[in-house]
Amino acid sequence: MSQSQAVPSVFPTATRERPATRVVLTGVTIVLLVILLLLPLTVIFTEALSRGLGAVGVALTDPDSLASIKLTLLVAAVSVPLNTVCGLAAAWCIGRFQFRGRSLLLTLIELPLSVSPVISGLVWVLLFGANGWFGPMLDRAGVRIIFAVPGLILATLLVTFPFVARTLIPLMQQQGAAEEEAAITLGAGFWQMFWRVTLPNMRWGLLYGVLLGNARAMGEFGAVAVVSGHVRGQTMTMPLQVEALFNDYDWIGAFTIAGLLSLLALVTLAVKAALEWRIGERSGALL
Amino acid sequence: MQSTYMTRRTVLGVSLGPLAGGRAAIAADVTLLNVSYDPTRELYRDINRAFSTAWQAKTGQRVTINQSHGGSGAQARAVLDGLQADVVTLALAADIDALAKRGLLAADWQGRLPANSSPCTSTIVFLVRQSNPKGIHDWPDLLKPGVTVITPNPKTSGGARWNFLAALAWAQRQPGATDASAEAFMRALFHQVPVLDTGARGATNTFVQRDLGDVLIAWESEAWLARKEFGADTYATVYPSLSILAEPTVAVVDSVVDRKGTRALAQAYLEFLYTPPAQDIAARNYYRPGDPAVARQYAERNPALNLVTIKDFGGWDTAQARYFADGGLFDRIYTAGK
Amino acid sequence: MTTARRSALPGFGPAMAITLCWVSLIVLVPLASLALRPWELGLAGVLHSVTEPRVLAALKLSFGAAALAASVNVPFGLLVAWVMVRYRFPGRRLADSLIDMPLALPTAVAGIALTALFSPKGWIGAWLTPFGIKVAYTPLGIMVALVFVGLPFVVRTLEPVLMDLPQDAEEAAATLGATRAQTLRRVVLPALAPALLAGFAAALARGVGEYGSVIFIAGNMPMISEIAPLLIVIRLEQLDYAGAAALGLIMLLVSFAILLLLNLLQKRMGVRVR
Repeated sequence: MSQSQAVPSVFPTATRERPATRVVLTGVTIVLLVILLLLPLTVIFTEALSRGLGAVGVALTDPDSLASIKLTLLVAAVSVPLNTVCGLAAAWCIGRFQFRGRSLLLTLIELPLSVSPVISGLVWVLLFGANGWFGPMLDRAGVRIIFAVPGLILATLLVTFPFVARTLIPLMQQQGAAEEEAAITLGAGFWQMFWRVTLPNMRWGLLYGVLLGNARAMGEFGAVAVVSGHVRGQTMTMPLQVEALFNDYDWIGAFTIAGLLSLLALVTLAVKAALEWRIGERSGALL
Repeated sequence: MQSTYMTRRTVLGVSLGPLAGGRAAIAADVTLLNVSYDPTRELYRDINRAFSTAWQAKTGQRVTINQSHGGSGAQARAVLDGLQADVVTLALAADIDALAKRGLLAADWQGRLPANSSPCTSTIVFLVRQSNPKGIHDWPDLLKPGVTVITPNPKTSGGARWNFLAALAWAQRQPGATDASAEAFMRALFHQVPVLDTGARGATNTFVQRDLGDVLIAWESEAWLARKEFGADTYATVYPSLSILAEPTVAVVDSVVDRKGTRALAQAYLEFLYTPPAQDIAARNYYRPGDPAVARQYAERNPALNLVTIKDFGGWDTAQARYFADGGLFDRIYTAGK
Repeated sequence: MTTARRSALPGFGPAMAITLCWVSLIVLVPLASLALRPWELGLAGVLHSVTEPRVLAALKLSFGAAALAASVNVPFGLLVAWVMVRYRFPGRRLADSLIDMPLALPTAVAGIALTALFSPKGWIGAWLTPFGIKVAYTPLGIMVALVFVGLPFVVRTLEPVLMDLPQDAEEAAATLGATRAQTLRRVVLPALAPALLAGFAAALARGVGEYGSVIFIAGNMPMISEIAPLLIVIRLEQLDYAGAAALGLIMLLVSFAILLLLNLLQKRMGVRVR
């Protein structure tokens, strides 16, 4: 029995549509899904390859595009671990303890998800841009945040912040504290308990949250567009590079980078499917 | 490795200016940031390649020039906002004056390079669809009912301001023209404009990619480039009876190069723009080279035109204040819910 | 499942400290700047800044298109969720994984892909042009992009509810003589209503702020096809920080109000949003 389907009814003929209806509905659904989901993916790879692999190779070795790939990896490499550690801490407080302000904290953690990514970038410009609160101070100190890599990292941190916490909190709540309490009463210290009981129980959920956070970190566009300064070769991540190439009439280049990002998306989806099978049920934490 | 060094540097975000000052000449690799206006991507791709080759041959130093492109006004504001430009190569002098007024470079910057710091020039033309179904041949045709005009936003784009002044110049020179009639003309013109992109390239894309509009008011170089990109038979360039000499200007940003220690290199880069190889590159990218010898070679492609200059408007300070500043002419006439 | 504070479990203090620090730095302080910055224009200035015709048009477009797209996604998502949960067919697992694609795909990539598909010379756009239907560079294109990004929200909200839906009510209706259509309409749909509303809310929230997928396919024409986030970017480019912050604040507040409303509606229906 599939894990993502309902328990079959004991009275199947009463709770199922006529076979003809089922076929039609299934067919319509598949057609719609193909149009809406598969076609965009296909057009990316088709456009990228429209002049052959040679053109793709040229696009991939363009220095600005290579720089954008490295920058994307750097930003993800910094923001994902930071958010993971803090997400774990947040999941620990919220998932295991009751305290005043718990709901408020949860709302704040989920806030970046309901906010336009442009706003997530705007707030950093308001803080650190030349006209921002801390702008003049930073300028005197010679510290560059906006229009430089730190700004990109901050923007990415804000938008990917909720992902680990939102996956882990329900998971922690579901699994209960019994094992951990047992470990404590048996004399384990915090870190022993954490490494040997908590993390192993969380590992698939953690991986799931990290995976989604990473996909979002690498693919973020709106927030980084605002703080980036669009300096080719320095502050362009892959999504920004896609936009720049698209506006430069360089469609092969744009769709090649887009193709790379799509491959990342497909890998994310594949690993996500595998993890869901492991965790045993769907956790709605992507949303 | 060079880019890793620069990336770590920018990650730390701390300028090592005082340490690097004076050592640029012997540093192995160095990076310059050229903050430019919107349509110059192809131009500077070619120029930067030529310059780094020439520079390396001359000094052995490897230089990488990073580019940033956007509407000229928007770029100037970005530099004011902290974008670390070693050189600015913008669409008009007023945008660089804005930087000088804030102390980022010396007030006499324009005299530091030949031709008022303008290595090449261009002009403003119309780009229309090949068959020109709406019959657009000159400025008054833009006002015909049903004609959609594409031009960028004068508040952010340099090209848009040249467009504006070219149109205004024509309106002012009509027989019996008054201030009021010129203003009415501009108002009617912008009534035909459905969207204002932030930069000249954005406007070109709107016209060409999004298929919006019957006529694009554009840099002459952009018009040529669009026809090269999409086929010389898809679009046609129309030269109006009166246009303006568009003079994009370049400058070294004193505050940045002094902090980074890249003044000599930045200066050499800008001086390179005046040399015959760079002038030839500019001409091949459809700009009008300042160098007379190179200009003669491309004379066929660049017809002589009836041109006004910014001086006819009293210089950029006057023009900027009168037409483009808050409350100026543009604000008065463009009422699509700014 | 959660234990009281000062329970046997250690680590509350440090974890809370880290969390609070992080949330303050990454969320609270930036949020404060957003809330405070507009007021340098003064109350009159802020009101003037957010009630300009262009702003109102952009807000109407962003919220309106998102609401329309979410409304389209409700029946669409219901159909998809129903087929995924209740039926078996070859490739179902694959299709199920694909549904999350709009979430995993970077928004800019989705943007250029949809633009390429629906532009007048694109695969789908070319089909529609003879009928005079223009999708790319019109508000219709914005809706298509928002339907694309919103679909997973509705489907994924509905699926767990559908899975847990006890079928005895349907069986009872069948034994009492209801046709399948009647059962679906009167028994199943009402039971799903709270989840449908939750899915609608989630898709709406996402659609209002969507930027990357939309700006390529939208015409970005002021008063017609210019979304609110783009107007924020334009104001920033004009160094109108306070104006950009004012617009951002308004968007935030209206989004919150809508979500609160939908949340209350759901509570009355007896089920909490997520």
